[in-house]
Amino acid sequence: MLLNQFLFLAAVLFCIGVYGVLARRNAVLVLASIELMLNAVNINLVAFGAYRHNIAGQVFALFVITIAAAEVGVGLAIVVLIFRNRASIALDEADLMKG
Amino acid sequence: MVAQNVVFGILAAVMILAAWRVVTTQNVVRAVLYLVVVLAGAGAQYLLLAQEFIFVVQVIVYIGAIVVLFLFGTMLTRAPIGRDVNLDNDQRWLAALTSLFLLGVLIAVLTNAFNDTHVKPTIQRTSDVANSMFGPYLIPFEVVSVLLLAALVGAIAIARRD
Repeated sequence: MLLNQFLFLAAVLFCIGVYGVLARRNAVLVLASIELMLNAVNINLVAFGAYRHNIAGQVFALFVITIAAAEVGVGLAIVVLIFRNRASIALDEADLMKG
Repeated sequence: MVAQNVVFGILAAVMILAAWRVVTTQNVVRAVLYLVVVLAGAGAQYLLLAQEFIFVVQVIVYIGAIVVLFLFGTMLTRAPIGRDVNLDNDQRWLAALTSLFLLGVLIAVLTNAFNDTHVKPTIQRTSDVANSMFGPYLIPFEVVSVLLLAALVGAIAIARRD
């Protein structure tokens, strides 16, 4: 197997995630797109770990998964709070700090 | 090696299709369920690279916990079940242009750097992961556990009704 096939797959997933973050209006879907990007990074880490025969890739992918869990917990708490205060989670309506 | 490449191709096609549906479907619940397909595909790729422990963690943490969190978030924010035409904002074409540009740059760089580099995966056992995580990476592991605790306390403090 070529190393590049995994890296290309991760690049495509990362760019789809970037598109989702930029184009989505619903805050939950923006968080889902961020998960896509984190997964692309994990595929890269694991692929490099397999290529170098080094366990560090897997260990760091585990750390990234932990951070992703923490990020989703805090992010969804913020989304629920925004919904409770403004009755909408459309991100372009959350413009309280707009100058 | 041929069989592995065929499996990789099928998985990659399914993952990319599902990821595309995650960012384009007009139904929040379906987007989250397509995310499950992408996450499971990533887990299968880890298995293809002969890294077993990360596959198990991917299934337990991502598909088991994070997707359930997403579904709870969808329910708590009373997302319309069914089609909702207002899930995208009006900068869709700019976003597509940005991500295509990023993809072009990444593919150019990767082609330049890793052309004809082959992976020959050797099985990395769970005991190797344990020895590494509780040996050289012990302090990052402890820091991550404290961070997870802080994030959980923070999430409860933010979402609490008072």
